[in-house]
Amino acid sequence: STKPDRLQEINHIVHNGGLYKRPFNEAFEETPMLVAVLTYVGYGVLTLFGYLRDFMRQWKIEKCQNATEREEQKDFVPLYQDFENFYNRNLYMRIRDSWNRPICSVPGAKVDMMERVSHDYNWTFTYTGRVIKDIINMGSYNYLGFAQKTGACQEAAAKVLSQYGAGVCSTRQEMGNLDKHEELEKLVARFLGVESAMAYGMGFATNSMNIPALVGKGCLILSDELNHASLVLGARLSGATIRIFKHNNMQSLEKLLKDAIVHGQPRTRRPWKKILILVEGIYSMEGSIVRLPEVIALKKKYKSYLYLDEAHSIGALGPSGRGVVDYFGLNPEDVDVMMGTFTKSFGAAGGYIGGKKELIDYLRTYSHSAAYATSMSPPVVEQIITSVKCIMGEDGTTIGRARVQQLAENTRYFRRRLKEMGFIIYGNEDSPVVPLMLYMPAKIGAFGREMLKRNIGVVVVGFPATPIIESRARFCLSAAHTKEMLDTALKEINEVGDLLQLKYSRRRLVPLLDRPFDETTYEETED
Amino acid sequence: MAAVAAGVGQQWVLVEMVQAFYEAPAYHLILEGILILWIIRLLFSKTYKLQERSDLTLKEKEELIEEWQPEPLVPPVPKDHPALNYNIVSGPPTHIITVNGKECINFASFNFLGLLNNEKVKSAAQASLKKYGVGTCGPRGFYGTFDVHLELEERLAKFMRTEEAIIYSYGFATIASAIPAYSKRGDIVFVDEAACFAIQKGLQASRSNIKLFKHNDMADLERLLKEQESEDQKNPRKARVTRRFIVVEGLYMNTGDICPLPELIKLKYKYKVRIFLEESLSFGVLGAHGRGITEHFGINIDDIDLISANMENSLASIGGFCCGRSFIIDHQRLSGQGYCFSASLPPLLAAAAIEALNIMEDNPVIRTMTIKCQSISGLKVVGESFSPALHLQLEESWGSRENDVKLLKRVVDYCMNSGIALTQARYLEKEEKCLPPPSIRVVITVEQTEQELDRAASLLKEAAQSVLN
Repeated sequence: STKPDRLQEINHIVHNGGLYKRPFNEAFEETPMLVAVLTYVGYGVLTLFGYLRDFMRQWKIEKCQNATEREEQKDFVPLYQDFENFYNRNLYMRIRDSWNRPICSVPGAKVDMMERVSHDYNWTFTYTGRVIKDIINMGSYNYLGFAQKTGACQEAAAKVLSQYGAGVCSTRQEMGNLDKHEELEKLVARFLGVESAMAYGMGFATNSMNIPALVGKGCLILSDELNHASLVLGARLSGATIRIFKHNNMQSLEKLLKDAIVHGQPRTRRPWKKILILVEGIYSMEGSIVRLPEVIALKKKYKSYLYLDEAHSIGALGPSGRGVVDYFGLNPEDVDVMMGTFTKSFGAAGGYIGGKKELIDYLRTYSHSAAYATSMSPPVVEQIITSVKCIMGEDGTTIGRARVQQLAENTRYFRRRLKEMGFIIYGNEDSPVVPLMLYMPAKIGAFGREMLKRNIGVVVVGFPATPIIESRARFCLSAAHTKEMLDTALKEINEVGDLLQLKYSRRRLVPLLDRPFDETTYEETED
Repeated sequence: MAAVAAGVGQQWVLVEMVQAFYEAPAYHLILEGILILWIIRLLFSKTYKLQERSDLTLKEKEELIEEWQPEPLVPPVPKDHPALNYNIVSGPPTHIITVNGKECINFASFNFLGLLNNEKVKSAAQASLKKYGVGTCGPRGFYGTFDVHLELEERLAKFMRTEEAIIYSYGFATIASAIPAYSKRGDIVFVDEAACFAIQKGLQASRSNIKLFKHNDMADLERLLKEQESEDQKNPRKARVTRRFIVVEGLYMNTGDICPLPELIKLKYKYKVRIFLEESLSFGVLGAHGRGITEHFGINIDDIDLISANMENSLASIGGFCCGRSFIIDHQRLSGQGYCFSASLPPLLAAAAIEALNIMEDNPVIRTMTIKCQSISGLKVVGESFSPALHLQLEESWGSRENDVKLLKRVVDYCMNSGIALTQARYLEKEEKCLPPPSIRVVITVEQTEQELDRAASLLKEAAQSVLN
């Protein structure tokens, strides 16, 4: 029968010759046909109304609310094309209040939000002056709960702030390399288990400025379909050839690797200079974890290099919080370039790259960020140092370990309860990012608003961050969430789920995401 | 009966066909005949594959995979590479700075208004730290918008007298995200040769046509604009949808001089091009109140479409901002990559920037920058007299760039050993479009006294004499 086979496919225990030391439970459910049809119908209705409203605005029946070009520049070439903004004007504007919600407290497990109202259907907002207090925060990337305004981290950062000031006013290669930066980099290298590391001021910029330094023309980049915008931008700016493999699909990756080595560069047939595989630890829109043991096996077999972006997984996965390498029990030296960010699990800002000493020396000399961008602010550096020491247990307490365990428990509990309720949840069972499928455009706005009425702050995502019919709500769990908070949240989600009829699950799970993907994001420049 | 009828029917159709055949004009028949012959030829001709793929056997493929050797991930870097060994600054990079263990006077950090060590700025940042912690744990769209960010944006817009401002969490990413948000494939951008690296990366990400004009040469720019105009007349339909931009800097980082903004405004209206102005160095420095080059020249700020600056120089914080009319700035909230896909600025840095802005507004600093190093033999000063960031270049090159860099390093080391902290201007030699010559960067700030400036000048004279002669 199909049931035990499906179960074995999903739990990769004996798959691939025992590469996995623990069960890998990742599943996606197929979109129910009726839901897909109704979603398209919904978008169709919205589009028709959009055309109607544009028509009314053009013929001045309705007042035009958005900003316009200056009188003196009306004969210039228009800056925006009308159809580019169609989605923005007619669909996004209706539910705009679900995003950019201003808060006025520390983004911990509970947060205070400034109340805002709109009297003209979201074209403008006014602040009532009231503050909605103690909203359960299921949207901030606060995996280990280090977003705190009291505690060891904050005190250390305050001391460094009074000593060093807030800014640095110079680049790393000129006069901006402080002793604090050197201390941070040694600590991060020790935390990751690599030879050497380098830290940068912005996570996005870490990718977009260092990938071009590593690969160039004549090299091949194999990138996962659902990689983050920073990886896409870095790959495009490098000038290398880019090929995309299906999301987390090892057969697709192997086929691309084989074809690349056997056939060489297109047209000239010269062998590729190097091949770089770009993957992420946890994909934040799907909640899936990369199949790292298989990727490393493939990388070794085909002599390519691996660039692992652990933006969401560092600190959040693994028994000691050291990321996806720790989660699978692998050797960090197998990953050529270990990249991550400090924004999510460490409550700070910035990014890092770890690897062999030659790699880091090369990046110190040739990275765009080292030569042209200001280095990290000292209090932020101190926050990272203190939080890393806490996670490693070097501050003398067991707070770090307790938080890592709490996060793992919270993840398992939350996902299990949501699945039992009947929602469609994507992703891996151990991933603290939990996408809950909404599908229909009207439900995006409704879910966000209903949850806010019940004092829970959630993040909803629609097109273009996700495919058009797969809008979702995304919960980010935190070690700071107590069981009571999770239970409250689950009760409200249950209520709203019944109200909006979101319980689509028919329990038909598939192990891999299979959808057509769009290659145009990677169109290269003709130099 | 039916069969006979069918047979008659068939015959009848055949008769019609034969009749049509006879009645058709000659050319029609000839054409049809040729087509039929062509089809027969194609059917019998040899088929050829579109891709010349020699079908390799599995064994051959495995051999190829075995044989292929990639390059190492990174080439080795020589140990004495000038950019590899960083200066280590112990303690805050303020006016008196401890570099590599030695106390020096700081002529290298872009702390133009001396706000890095300001107590009021630090206490504003401390208050923010006590209220919000350090990080924002999310991008602006997902609970990463704090009231401090909104306040900073309002203050900046008010200060620069524009409708709206938008802040980024990284100075480099500001202009590098702003340009691709407006200029796409097929659009045309006219940019100065001496534009900084962040602008170059923004242009590369935008995939537009880039036209470089000689540094500060308005005649060259007009020539390019006229060429574009004649191109437009050949293809007016395409011209109607091609956006054009000019990207210039207020005060150029690489050459220390300012752009001729009034002439640019004239060219803007004559040829219908939009202007993007990058004011990282001139914000807080030029103009009676520090509003930048528009105040310096007395130009209406609405004439500039977008002003972008980073807060890492005069405001001694981290991050950057863009300001302009709402029509232009609001677009970046959904299409600025560095804004939408990146975590927002930590609140303590935003609070520090607000306080620094307060101080700037209350005490407009009119600084007279005097270059005391006019007469150093062997080195020439590059930059305007009121520019706070100057370059000292070798008057004559000593052969190769490598030699020049080594020589300048010796000058810098001599000065550092005697208590003046200087640095060479660092570039990525292979990545820059127009690589500036090697130089020493000299930064003048308000905190430096007359004696210190004199001392620096005389030390540089000594260093130049001992190293270059």
